Amino acid sequence: MLRLTAGRVGSLVARRATVALTTSSARMASHGHEVSEAVDMSKPMYWDRREIPLPDKRYKDILTPADKSLKEKEKGPWGQLSNEEKLALYRFSFCQTYPEMNQSSSEWKTVVAGVLYCIGLTGLVIIWQTAYVSPPAPRTFDAEWQAKQVKRMLDMRVSPIEGFAAQWDYEKGQWK
Amino acid sequence: MFRAVFQLSSAGARCLVRSKPSISAPLASRCYSHGLVETDEEFDARWVTYFSKPDIDAWELRKGMNTLIGYDLVPEAKIVDSALRACRRLNDLASAIRILEAVKDKAGPHKEIYPYLIQELQPTLSELGISTPEQLGMDKL
Repeated sequence: MLRLTAGRVGSLVARRATVALTTSSARMASHGHEVSEAVDMSKPMYWDRREIPLPDKRYKDILTPADKSLKEKEKGPWGQLSNEEKLALYRFSFCQTYPEMNQSSSEWKTVVAGVLYCIGLTGLVIIWQTAYVSPPAPRTFDAEWQAKQVKRMLDMRVSPIEGFAAQWDYEKGQWK
Repeated sequence: MFRAVFQLSSAGARCLVRSKPSISAPLASRCYSHGLVETDEEFDARWVTYFSKPDIDAWELRKGMNTLIGYDLVPEAKIVDSALRACRRLNDLASAIRILEAVKDKAGPHKEIYPYLIQELQPTLSELGISTPEQLGMDKL
């Protein structure tokens, strides 16, 4: 029997299958403190999806006697139903309307904020590392050494055609 | 009718950019691959027949609607009409309203399609007593 907690269902599938209001889903007896309901994936499931307008099962499984009488009334002419009754019948079968389903959330702001925060934190860690963890720079990085290095490269005529030494004007003794 | 406008099938695109034919005589312009060519009318007729089945059951209605919504087109008014009548036979008002919502959603950015469809379906909606989502205030959040 396929049983998954609702949380793990969310990680497996792109959209969360709305856990329909059922009495049949048994709570995991072994985990006394487990709050999430087990979703039996071997049975038809309810989905709010744009491309599946009529999911495999109705949203509301348990109907009160009042609901049942409304369902009986549904068998008659629909013109006799009031708007509230029609809405109630809709909500028995479906969890969210299309506009509710399609509404955008501000989740992206949280995501971007989180990403920037993590990058910032990493930046701080790196700054601390350069100050306290990294060993001192080798002497080849000193300005004096670098100057001597450049002079040596120019004397060697490194890449004299299109590269390094090509940028140096040997007559005037300066960069072109 | 809507299919022709919105279906960006490779066949359609290729037909549009056909190079100048070398023979002036009318060619059987087969831009399609080996697949069966079905006209819009045949497609519509097929779906109307599907939903018109007198003893259609709930599963068939769901399957039909979900398949139809999966296509890259907005169903014609007559198809939606026969689907709504199927809902009536199944005593399922919620599905009827859901179908209207789905069809509106299918139109996407083309906002003029749904009012046209409702206008075409108005006789059926009045006859069966189906309220549109707008009348029930469901199109607002």
